[in-house]
Amino acid sequence: MNMNGGQALMKALENEGVDILFGLPGGAILPVYDPLIDSSIRHVLVRHEQGAGHMAEGYAHATGRPGVAMVTSGPAATNIVTPLCDAYMDSIPMVVVTGQVPYAAIGTDAFQECDTTGITMSVTKHNYLVTEAADIPQVIHDAFHIATTGRPGPVLVDIPKDIVDPNNPRSAMEWYTPDSHDLPGYRPNRAGDAELIRQAAKLICEAERPVIYSGGGILKARAAEALLELAELTGIPVVTTLMNRGGFPDDHPLCLGMPGMHGNYTAVTAMQESDLLIALGARFDDRVTGKVAEFAPLAKIIHVDIDSAELGKVRRPDVAIQGDCRLVIEDLITALGELGGNEAQPDRNPWRSRISGWQERFPLTYEQSKDDELLKPQYVLEQLRDATPEDTIVASGVGQHQMWTSQYWKFNHPYTWVNSGGLGTMGFAIPAAIGAKAGRPDRMVWAVDGDGCFQMTAQELVTAATEGFPIKVALINNAYLGMVRQWQEMFYEERYSEVYLTRDVPDYKLWAEALGCVGLRVESPEEVGPAIAQANEIDDQPVVVEFRCEAGENVFPMVPAGMSNSDVVVDPSQQDRPR
Amino acid sequence: MSVPPGTDGGGTTTLVVRVENKAGVLARVAGLFARRGFNIESLAVAPTDDERFSRLTIVVGVDAAPMEQVVKQLDKLVNVVEIRELNPSASVERELMMVTVQADPAIRGQILDLVRIFQATVLNVGYDEIMVSLTGSPSRVDDFEDLLRPYGIVDVQRTGKVALPKLTKTAPDPLAP
Repeated sequence: MNMNGGQALMKALENEGVDILFGLPGGAILPVYDPLIDSSIRHVLVRHEQGAGHMAEGYAHATGRPGVAMVTSGPAATNIVTPLCDAYMDSIPMVVVTGQVPYAAIGTDAFQECDTTGITMSVTKHNYLVTEAADIPQVIHDAFHIATTGRPGPVLVDIPKDIVDPNNPRSAMEWYTPDSHDLPGYRPNRAGDAELIRQAAKLICEAERPVIYSGGGILKARAAEALLELAELTGIPVVTTLMNRGGFPDDHPLCLGMPGMHGNYTAVTAMQESDLLIALGARFDDRVTGKVAEFAPLAKIIHVDIDSAELGKVRRPDVAIQGDCRLVIEDLITALGELGGNEAQPDRNPWRSRISGWQERFPLTYEQSKDDELLKPQYVLEQLRDATPEDTIVASGVGQHQMWTSQYWKFNHPYTWVNSGGLGTMGFAIPAAIGAKAGRPDRMVWAVDGDGCFQMTAQELVTAATEGFPIKVALINNAYLGMVRQWQEMFYEERYSEVYLTRDVPDYKLWAEALGCVGLRVESPEEVGPAIAQANEIDDQPVVVEFRCEAGENVFPMVPAGMSNSDVVVDPSQQDRPR
Repeated sequence: MSVPPGTDGGGTTTLVVRVENKAGVLARVAGLFARRGFNIESLAVAPTDDERFSRLTIVVGVDAAPMEQVVKQLDKLVNVVEIRELNPSASVERELMMVTVQADPAIRGQILDLVRIFQATVLNVGYDEIMVSLTGSPSRVDDFEDLLRPYGIVDVQRTGKVALPKLTKTAPDPLAP
C-alpha cells in the first residue's frame, strides 16, 4: 500500500495498540497532525509539552501500557526532556515522537531546530533519528519493543518533516507490517539462574531476621501477587519503597510500609537490624540506604533485578540474580518448596516481636491543629484517604505533601500510586493524574499537590477541563516550598532563604475556576470532610480543593541526608521513647 | 595478585567493543565515559568483516573496579553487541605511528640507523626532514618515539592500539569428553 510517512507513522502507532496520544502540534510535526484526524487514536491537546510527557507517564503508571506523547521540534522537544528524564529514572515505558526540521536542514540552525537525539541521549533508554520514510514502521515497532521489555524506559523517535510531508517526494513509501526486530545488541534477559535461585532459597531458610525490600520492579514486572505469595509462604515482613507503594497491601500484617529518609521507624529499623535483605526490583537508592557504609551492616543481600547494572552498583550482593521479578519470585517459591516450604523456615517469633515493639512505640504521628491553627496536612490526607474508594488512584507532586501522602495513604492495590520518585519532578501531579484518568476512566483519581508544585503545571487543568478528565486536586497550601523550608529549619539554623511563596497570591479558588474547574477552599478541620464529599460528587468537571495548612509542619521520621539509618529522627513527641 | 581481565595493573583498561555500524553510536559510547569523568586515552574504530558492525578498541585510564559499572552501562546500550575486556598479557596488541623528524642531511644517517633497528619504514624524505612509520606493540612504538625525540619531532600521529586475544597454544585432548 502506497502512503506517506505521516500516514505510516499513525498506522504504526495504531498497530502498536496506542489508543491515546498526548501532544501539541507545531511546525515540524504539522504533517503528522493531518492523518491524525482520520486515525482511531484519540489525541489530547495539552497546554505545555512537559504536560504531554507527564500525562504519558501517568497513563503508563496506571495501566502498565506504554504512554505516548507527540510534540514538535526545538522548544517542544526541550520542554519534554524533563518527563523523559523522569521516566528514565523511574523506568516508565514511554514513547515520545518529536518533529524535526527537514533532513537536509539539520545542522544549519534552522528555525526551531535543536539536536533532540543528542540532548536526550542520556535520558532515554534509546532514541532514533529517522532519516527515511521507509524506516518509520520498523523504528516505531522497535521503539515500543525497547520501551516495554527488559527494564522499561522512555524511547524517543525524532522525525524530520520532509519524510512525513505529503508534498515532499521523500515522504513517499510502501507500507509494510514489521514482524520482527533486528536488534543484535538488545537481548533482555527474563528468567533467573536456577542455581542462584537455589542459593537464595537456602539463605532465606537460614535467616533469623530477614526483610523483603521490595521496589518498583515489582510493579513493572506485574509481580505483586507473586510477592504476596512469597511473603505469606515464608512469613517474612515486607517494606515497600516509594516506587512500590501498592505493590504489597498496606493493611497486610507483614507490611512494614515505606523505608528510607521519610520512611516509618519500623521499616527503616527492621532493614537496619536485619540479617538478610531480599531486594526485589529495588536499587539501593540513597534515599533508602542513608549513609551506605552504615546501611544494614549485619545483613546478607539477595538482589534480584532485571538490569544487571543494578547488581552490585551500590551494595555488593551475596546472591545476585538477574531476571524478571515475577519469574524469579515464582522460581524462588518453587525452590523454597523443595527445601520444605514454610516448615523449613526458622523460628522468627523473636524477630516479629521486636518488629511489633517498634510499631507500637513509633507509629506515624502528628499533633492535631489547635483552635487558632490552620489545617494539619496529615489530617487532610487521613480524611481524604478515608473518604475515597479504596482503589482510588493518587498522584502526587514532589516534596512534603508527597511524603505525607505516601506515609498516610493506605495503598492496598497495585497501580494506585503515581509519583516522581527518582528525579523528584515538582509539578508532576496534575499532568500525571490526567494521564492516569485517561488510562483508567473508571477510577477516581486524586492529585495531591503542594502550592509550589501546583504553580508549575496548573495550566494542564485546562486540558483536564476541556478534554473531559474530571480529576480532583487536593492542594496542600502551606505557603512555602515546604521541604526546602524544613531543611533550612533543621540544617541551616532556621535561616529561611527564598522559600516563602505567600499565602494568598495566587487566589487558588479563583484560579481553579478560571482554568475551568470547580474551586473550593477549606480552612478549618470541620470543613475538610464536607469539601471532600462535595468534590467526590462532581464527575463532570475537575475540582481543586485548596486546603490551607500550617506552614511549620515537618515530615517525620527523617534520616538527615548523609546520616546513618540508625540515626533516624523521630517525631518530637516520641524522642524519649526507648528504641 | 592476579590482575583482573582488561587491566594491565598500571591503571588502564582495554575494551574491545563490537557495535552496530550506525550513525551516532560512537557518541553514545563516548558519552558514557564522559558522564563519569573518565578520559579515553586512545580509541580505534573500524568496520569489521561484517559490514553491519564496527569494532572499537578503547583504552581508558581507569582500573577495573570503577570500570565495572561503566562496562555494564555500556552493555545496556541498544547498539552495543559485545564487549570484551582484554588483558594485555593474553592479547596481541598493535599500534601504528607516523612521525616526521628533523633530519639535516648531516644526521639523516643516524635516524636511518634507528629505522633499520626498529624495522620501521621511510615514507617520505624532505630537504631537512624525514617521515617514517612504525607498526608494533604500543611499548615498542613508545621506545621508537623516545629515541627520535632528541632529533626534534615535527609531527606525530599514533592510531591508538588495536588488539585481539592470543590463540590457544595446545591442541585439544582427543580423548576429552
